[in-house]
Amino acid sequence: MADQVLDAKGLNCPLPIIKTKKLLNSMATGATLEVLATDPGSVADFAAFCRTTGNEMVEQSQDGSVYRFIIRRAV
Amino acid sequence: MSPQGDGAANAPKSMTIIVTKGTLDWAYPPFILGTTAAAMGVDVTMFFTFYGLPLLLKKLDLQVSPLGNAAMKMPMMGMHMAMPNIIGMLPGVDAMASKMMKNMIAKKGVASIEDLRDMSVECDINMIACQMTMDLFEYKLEDMIPGIKLGGAATYMENALKSDINLYI
Repeated sequence: MADQVLDAKGLNCPLPIIKTKKLLNSMATGATLEVLATDPGSVADFAAFCRTTGNEMVEQSQDGSVYRFIIRRAV
Repeated sequence: MSPQGDGAANAPKSMTIIVTKGTLDWAYPPFILGTTAAAMGVDVTMFFTFYGLPLLLKKLDLQVSPLGNAAMKMPMMGMHMAMPNIIGMLPGVDAMASKMMKNMIAKKGVASIEDLRDMSVECDINMIACQMTMDLFEYKLEDMIPGIKLGGAATYMENALKSDINLYI
């Protein structure tokens, strides 16, 4: 179970990333955020976001048209 | 520590964007890249000049014109249709095309330019209005959203010289 959940379903680029960053900022270091998205571009974008910002992609899965990411907030 | 903080002088990466176009379609690339870069820890400067300057006006009413825009093919009745110039030049066609585009934007979960601009202010993007363009097109600072700065080419250059990425859109 992640500490917080962000429902970004139906949102298009760049909103899922921007909303994720905003929420991560309000969370403690080490806390986890579950993001749900339907934008197929979010798969590549969340991977790039995590590599660049140092936040950790803990888990990634797909259920039908919904993509699920679990991200751990870095320092 | 994040990769953004591991640079030579531990400074975050930075990017500048010169924003020169103010139509509904061309307003997207600078605001999408600016807000996304800011979300990725990049220090962003946006310099609004010429037709990009009105994107800083308090009240936005952005339009897109199909006239002379052969690549603008709208999804219609299961196809993609471009508008012949002879129709595109008629009064009211720009307004209609702009309305269609805004409907599509809302339907597809794409952010409005107003929202992206609010986010830009919120994430502390350094927004500079070109003073020369303000004078040329007779805009006053009070016409513009709060939180912007005024500057000229030298102000832009100072930022660009120390930036990792410089874009002209």
